[in-house]
Amino acid sequence: MIAEIGHFAVILALIASLIGATFPHVGIARNDDRLMILGGRMAYVQFVCMIVAFGALMYSYVISDFSVLNVATNSHSAKPLLYKIAGTWGNHEGSLLLWALMLSLFAAAVALRGKRLPLRFQSRAIAVQNLLGFGFLLFIVATSNPFERLDPVAIEGNGLNPLLQDPGLIFHPPMLYLGYVGLSAAFSFAVAALIEGEVSPAWARWVRPWTLAAWVLLTGGIALGSWWAYYELGWGGWWFWDPVENASFMPWLAATALLHSAIVVEKRDALKSWTILLAIIAFSLSLLGTFIVRSGVVVSVHAFASDPTRGIFILGFLAFVIGGSLALYAWRAPSLVPGGLFGMVSRESALVLNNILLSTFAGVVLVGTLYPLVLEAFDGSQISVGPPFFEFAAAVLMSPLVIALGFGPLLAWKRGNLSRAARILLPAFLAAVLGGIALTLSAGTGVVMTAFGFALALYLAVSVLLEIAGRIQLFKAPGKAFGRLRSLPRASWGMAFAHFGLAIVILGMTVSEAFTDETLTVLRPGEGAEVGDYVFTLKSVEGTTGPNYTAVRGTLDVTENGRLITVLTPEDRVYTNPVTNTTEASITPLFSGDLYAVIGESAGGGAWSMRLYFKPMISGLWVGSIMMMLGGLLSLSDRRLRIGSPEGRKKHASVKTAGGDQATKQPSSDTAAASAKVETPA
Amino acid sequence: MNRFVPLLIVVFLVVLFAAMMGGDRNPQELKSVLIGKEAPAFDLESVIEGQEGLSNTALATGDPIIVNFFASWCVPCRAEHENLMKLAETYKVPVYGIAYKDKVTASRAFLEELGNPYVQTGADLSGIVGIDFGVTGVPETFVIDGDGVIRYRHWGPVIGTAVEDKILPELEKAR
Repeated sequence: MIAEIGHFAVILALIASLIGATFPHVGIARNDDRLMILGGRMAYVQFVCMIVAFGALMYSYVISDFSVLNVATNSHSAKPLLYKIAGTWGNHEGSLLLWALMLSLFAAAVALRGKRLPLRFQSRAIAVQNLLGFGFLLFIVATSNPFERLDPVAIEGNGLNPLLQDPGLIFHPPMLYLGYVGLSAAFSFAVAALIEGEVSPAWARWVRPWTLAAWVLLTGGIALGSWWAYYELGWGGWWFWDPVENASFMPWLAATALLHSAIVVEKRDALKSWTILLAIIAFSLSLLGTFIVRSGVVVSVHAFASDPTRGIFILGFLAFVIGGSLALYAWRAPSLVPGGLFGMVSRESALVLNNILLSTFAGVVLVGTLYPLVLEAFDGSQISVGPPFFEFAAAVLMSPLVIALGFGPLLAWKRGNLSRAARILLPAFLAAVLGGIALTLSAGTGVVMTAFGFALALYLAVSVLLEIAGRIQLFKAPGKAFGRLRSLPRASWGMAFAHFGLAIVILGMTVSEAFTDETLTVLRPGEGAEVGDYVFTLKSVEGTTGPNYTAVRGTLDVTENGRLITVLTPEDRVYTNPVTNTTEASITPLFSGDLYAVIGESAGGGAWSMRLYFKPMISGLWVGSIMMMLGGLLSLSDRRLRIGSPEGRKKHASVKTAGGDQATKQPSSDTAAASAKVETPA
Repeated sequence: MNRFVPLLIVVFLVVLFAAMMGGDRNPQELKSVLIGKEAPAFDLESVIEGQEGLSNTALATGDPIIVNFFASWCVPCRAEHENLMKLAETYKVPVYGIAYKDKVTASRAFLEELGNPYVQTGADLSGIVGIDFGVTGVPETFVIDGDGVIRYRHWGPVIGTAVEDKILPELEKAR
């Protein structure tokens, strides 16, 4: 009964989305307000239906209703409750239902928040959002019904892949999906703007909060996935350039670029056509990710069991959405009037450079991900593109990005002063060079790239601090600096946090990659092994059981200079349904780095093979990611974005900050703002 | 920048994906680089006591034959065994077996339990012959023509109608 209600709700949502996708356009053509408003109404209906549908599936999982095929295939009654719930989205059908739920959530949110938008524009955007929902719901109903019944009823379920029975499953996919789907709002706004043939600074103000929210969620989703891989797979790797990882990374790069280019549209009315294109591309890359996971065209650890009809359907949908929107772009882009001009050295051109580098990188990742497929299609040979390719591209493209990132915030809009920015950044360069040299001297030869990465991270961190110091005139008028610090707009804090977070991520990456201490050894209880400055001593190895697994658990004392630091308890688990072996690494994060232990197979005679690591500063990856997310949230909470309307901006103009953050649109006052530069608050 | 470029890229990708989704291509499957080359040299003891061992020279018989890598510890090998018996008994195709990283006694027990489809067998205890053949796991099945040249590799178990759909046509081609 419950499953049927769920199925019915999905069909109802499908109908609602179809009405919501078509009627608003009719309404606009006939100038009928009621039909235009219908789009938003249908978005609400869709959202409610999807909550019912998803709730129904989740309920079937919780009570282990094995008369539902999807539950019988992917769950097991002995599974802990938490994983029964999370198992709802640990499979193709369930995760697709989650996608559709989130899509309807964003459609409803746009309808709710979009009341401030002009009705015509809002209706167009919601209609596009509904159309996306329609595509996904049709896909669910036609090929991937999660509510299909099983007759005769299964007595027991097949169980969930034990690798997925982890807290990672609870947070990683929903967050990542929210990020993917969040980009649909920017996409819908872009398509609506193309249909209407107008992009204004106001458009950028509407689109930026959605992009920012999606970006925060994507950042979190990717970081969580990387963290999950780090502790679950048992060898301390955190990024593999796997096609599906790349598929999540490309939209992130595009969204990052979009965030920055939308600023230019908002403040300076320039880069309009490009920003629209980016908004389309960012969401298209999200769709590509979904396609790659579900179609089985590429080899990936993430792939769901693939089915040709599903693959064909998604491909058709992909071709329609991406092809359609890009065709619309090709047709309508010339009607977008180019806006403000800017000099070679200016905040705008710094942001353009940011965009060129980020999108080039996204393009390179796309080529690297699909190149094996292209090659196989043309000459049948098989290759794989490995980390060296991507890492080289990352180093070549991201280093200039980081260097430019120091300058960007110091340049004024329209025309900046490069040498002045360089003077301000002098301490940052100094810190970078000294840090790089110090690292090379202490670590010996062969660490050129590491020293460079380390120097980049230092440079970026110091330049962010310098920029803040400049804003609050810490060195010029220190007396009032604290007060100015407090009155800095949240968007400025957001930028500083995000950029500083990036510095921490780079630091974590370079240092942990270069200086990890690793020991593979065989230990008997009582024996110890040295890993860097630490001694890991195996105390005991004993059997243990969990709700649906048995395990061997080792207990290790970790000491530094004879002082006990922590006790690690890695496990080697054997799950019963299905029979699978997983390693549970035991990790203690210290400020200086992570202590990481994995227990392997018995080597006979009471001895066990162990893998022991010390990974310096690896927490930087996650701490930095959290800072970036915080930055995004701070920026999102900024009054100017929250209000999102010109009136709000005027009211707020009393705390007008420098650098043209509040630059007005009139060219005359703009020049004045530019010449006022950073030091003079208005 | 030309505004049609993004659209053209997407059209190209859609065609590419559509082309790669057709047929029964399995992305997990790695193509053998040995197709069209002579089978690598090896000389192995037999799994069956008193039987002559197997070497690469024995494979060039003038007629197409099958070489099958198997192991008693491998579950899919059990699944395809019936089909191998059918190949040998119904279709009268000479099938040669190489036991991959398997104890001789265990391989022997495996063949005694399920029946022996193999004309001759070889015990690849270290797995070195498997490496030379580029085997990524067991079971794997090769079609070798009369001159001892590898013509086709079947990745994974030969189950279902794979004998009729794949193996027999490939044998015919190799003739």
